[in-house]
Amino acid sequence: MNEIDFTILFASVIAGAAPIVLAALGETITEKAGIINLSLDGSILISAMTAFAVSFETHSLVLGFLAAAAVGAIVAAIVAVFSVYLGQSQVAVGFVLTLTARDLAYFIGNPYSRLQGLQIHPMPISFLKNIPFFGKIFFTHNLPVYFSLILIFVCWWYIYRTPLGLNLRSVGENPRAAYARGINPQKLQIIYAVCGGLMIGLGGATFSLCTKPGWGRPQGAEGTGWIALALVIFGGWHPIKAATGAYFFSFLQVMGIYFQSWLPTVPAQVFQVAPFPLMIFTLLLIYISQKESVLNWAEDKDRIKSILAMFSGRIPTALGKPYQPE
Amino acid sequence: MRVEVHDIHKHYGPVRANDGITLTIEPGRIHGILGENGAGKTTLMKILAGYTRKTSGYLCMDQVPVDYRTPTEASQLGIGMLYQDPLDFPFLSVLENFMIGQAVGLANQKKYYRKKFDSLAADFDFALRPNVQVNRLTIGERQQLEILRLLSLGIQVLILDEPTTGITNVQKDYLFSALKKMTSEGKSIILVSHKLKDVEAVCNQLTVLRRGKVTGEMKAPFDTDILLEMMFGQTPIPFNRCLQESGRTILELDNVSAPGGRSGLSDCNIRIRQGEVVGLAGLEGSGQDVFLRIAAGLLRPAGGSVMLKDKRMNAKDYHCFKHSGVFFQPSSRLEEGLISGCSVTEHFALQSDHKKFVTKWSDATSDAKKKMTEFRIIGRPDSLAESLSGGNQQRLLLSFLPRNPLLLLLENPTRGLDMESSSWVWQHLHKYCSDNTTIVFSSSDLDEIIMAADRVLVFFNGKMIKDTRTCETSSYELGLAIAGKR
Ligand SMILES: Nc1ncnc2c1ncn2[C@@H]1O[C@H](COP(=O)(O)OP(=O)(O)OP(=O)(O)O)[C@@H](O)[C@H]1O
Ligand SMILES: [Mg+2]
Repeated sequence: MNEIDFTILFASVIAGAAPIVLAALGETITEKAGIINLSLDGSILISAMTAFAVSFETHSLVLGFLAAAAVGAIVAAIVAVFSVYLGQSQVAVGFVLTLTARDLAYFIGNPYSRLQGLQIHPMPISFLKNIPFFGKIFFTHNLPVYFSLILIFVCWWYIYRTPLGLNLRSVGENPRAAYARGINPQKLQIIYAVCGGLMIGLGGATFSLCTKPGWGRPQGAEGTGWIALALVIFGGWHPIKAATGAYFFSFLQVMGIYFQSWLPTVPAQVFQVAPFPLMIFTLLLIYISQKESVLNWAEDKDRIKSILAMFSGRIPTALGKPYQPE
Repeated sequence: MRVEVHDIHKHYGPVRANDGITLTIEPGRIHGILGENGAGKTTLMKILAGYTRKTSGYLCMDQVPVDYRTPTEASQLGIGMLYQDPLDFPFLSVLENFMIGQAVGLANQKKYYRKKFDSLAADFDFALRPNVQVNRLTIGERQQLEILRLLSLGIQVLILDEPTTGITNVQKDYLFSALKKMTSEGKSIILVSHKLKDVEAVCNQLTVLRRGKVTGEMKAPFDTDILLEMMFGQTPIPFNRCLQESGRTILELDNVSAPGGRSGLSDCNIRIRQGEVVGLAGLEGSGQDVFLRIAAGLLRPAGGSVMLKDKRMNAKDYHCFKHSGVFFQPSSRLEEGLISGCSVTEHFALQSDHKKFVTKWSDATSDAKKKMTEFRIIGRPDSLAESLSGGNQQRLLLSFLPRNPLLLLLENPTRGLDMESSSWVWQHLHKYCSDNTTIVFSSSDLDEIIMAADRVLVFFNGKMIKDTRTCETSSYELGLAIAGKR
């Protein structure tokens, strides 16, 4: 068995998690405003394809990212408009879009399969990367990864520290009351769904231009949209907790690669697939830990209680119930 | 500011909620709006507050015609409203509730608003802690918060829709002195209620509505009999009840303690007999809520024993209680009792005895019509639950009571009902008792307890501190007990 280099391990966890972090943050913002964007999985794929194709054709990474963000925003806008202005079910529209977007991505992306395209290069931050241990982990990445790290804190700060973020939460909690206070719930829901869509789109682009460079069928991003959706729920609709979940999932994936080299006789697919059931198992544990009987049991065990408290979270009260003006 | 309302109409389909209302609110006055359930009071106020659009008519402020379409525009003109069901954010903190709609931009302004909030609260002597989550406050405290928020928006005309339902007498005193303070600063207050006593206590002037029309106006001092006639078309008959103790014990709590609510419940010994009506008094959340939930099987006691008809029920669940004939009705109408988005017919169909796989909607509709006349619910079978007026929602809830229960546990059963309706409700409920049903109910209205119950239990800080027959006590004595001064 080889030695593990922890700096490399953690650095790859952070790099690998970037697209999931972006998607989970986008979904968190959307759901905080009361809209469920269930199209995440398809949305990630179609924006990944768009990013690859556009950058391939235009030789511009920037255009690739922009186009992907736009596609993510458009898909989110469809879900939001159907729900907010047309009163349609967010779940139904989101689900149909997920399947449509995926098939569309494979269809349009077919000519770009297995081509050598552009790929974003690492940009180590010269004065920070020499900090022992942490320098290598945090400051040897490329721009989207830095962006994902910064965005976690920006989202948290925006949602919990600014008046605008307070308005955002108010709409997801009680849109009728928000309306009575001069906030336009419909407008905000559209705006934040679109903002969330932009982030999801950037997440997709990060997949095809840096985490798993290239386009093909399968691309390798399949399924992560569902994981991101679950992370939002089990992260208690809190951006930092959702992001932490993304890092855990990425850790499972990286460990899969290590195990593959340690146990060459086991088929490689096992380690590629294993993170998904393991993640679901972990989320199940988190769910059970929030059961009343477990919480009662932990009532007098301070350490366990504080750990359990970290997993607690509350669903935005009006999530998924579109507001109908009177 | 002088507000004039001219010939306001509001039609919901065939329902004429407001049918040509004209009135004037003078500055520096408390103007009462009285009216039975469904009279159109809330509708008129929502129009004034910009929350609902009027069908026709116009408004003037200081002789200038004004037209506004949203609550924001109304509050810029200086009109603010406290809604009948609290329109706030239960899962956000007091301070956050205070800030929403006021604070703008990206800069964190918690400190500034914290200061503003503290100084306003001190002005009015309201003891609210800014960091508490709003769902832990009582209805009265949520009102106080909302009043402070409206004041900090610079409101000149404050509308309060049924502010005295669901709050204690102490909180009512706080509220009324706050209102008087505001009028002394030149603000106008519109106080909507169907409780004559409250309106008479503070208002300078009254307008009575009935079926969407103005049926009378009066300046202080008021003549109660004339007012009652304006409200109901006739004077409702008062009722009374205080029966001899009889019947065997059906519910017995021995040394029961339980966590939950605001104060929990400790060392509670209570016996309840068959055919009795027992009123539970006390500040909101002093233990009566926990007691009702234990008796209903919704909460498990931490210690002591609960016996129902000589059967130990400690570890049994809600369904087992329900099976034994216990029926519980919580106080929050739209949150726990009714399903918003479902029509009246659908509610009846859900509750119907003969459950079939396919519901025959024509039968269900005619059933619903029958029940609606029986319970005098104003509305149509296809009205949505949330579109009924507050009082009619309560009647709808009451119509779901089973035919022959052993024990009825009712939390604030007449909350929001006008005098005539509540005396009707009690007539209906007392009929159950002659069939040996027992009723245990909580109420924040002491007069109601004295009128409707045989016995009253007073709760204070999680303990049952007084147990007396209603004909041997007075609301003054009970008021002292509620405040913990036995
Ligand atoms: N959104 C709505 N859709 C349809 N009908 C409505 C709606 N809102 C109110 N109504 C009807 O208008 C009438 C007046 O209702 P309103 O709520 O103004 O009565 P209220 O005087 O406030 O009564 P309460 O004392 O019971 O609160 C009622 O018959 C009610 O059913
Ligand atoms: Mg009303």
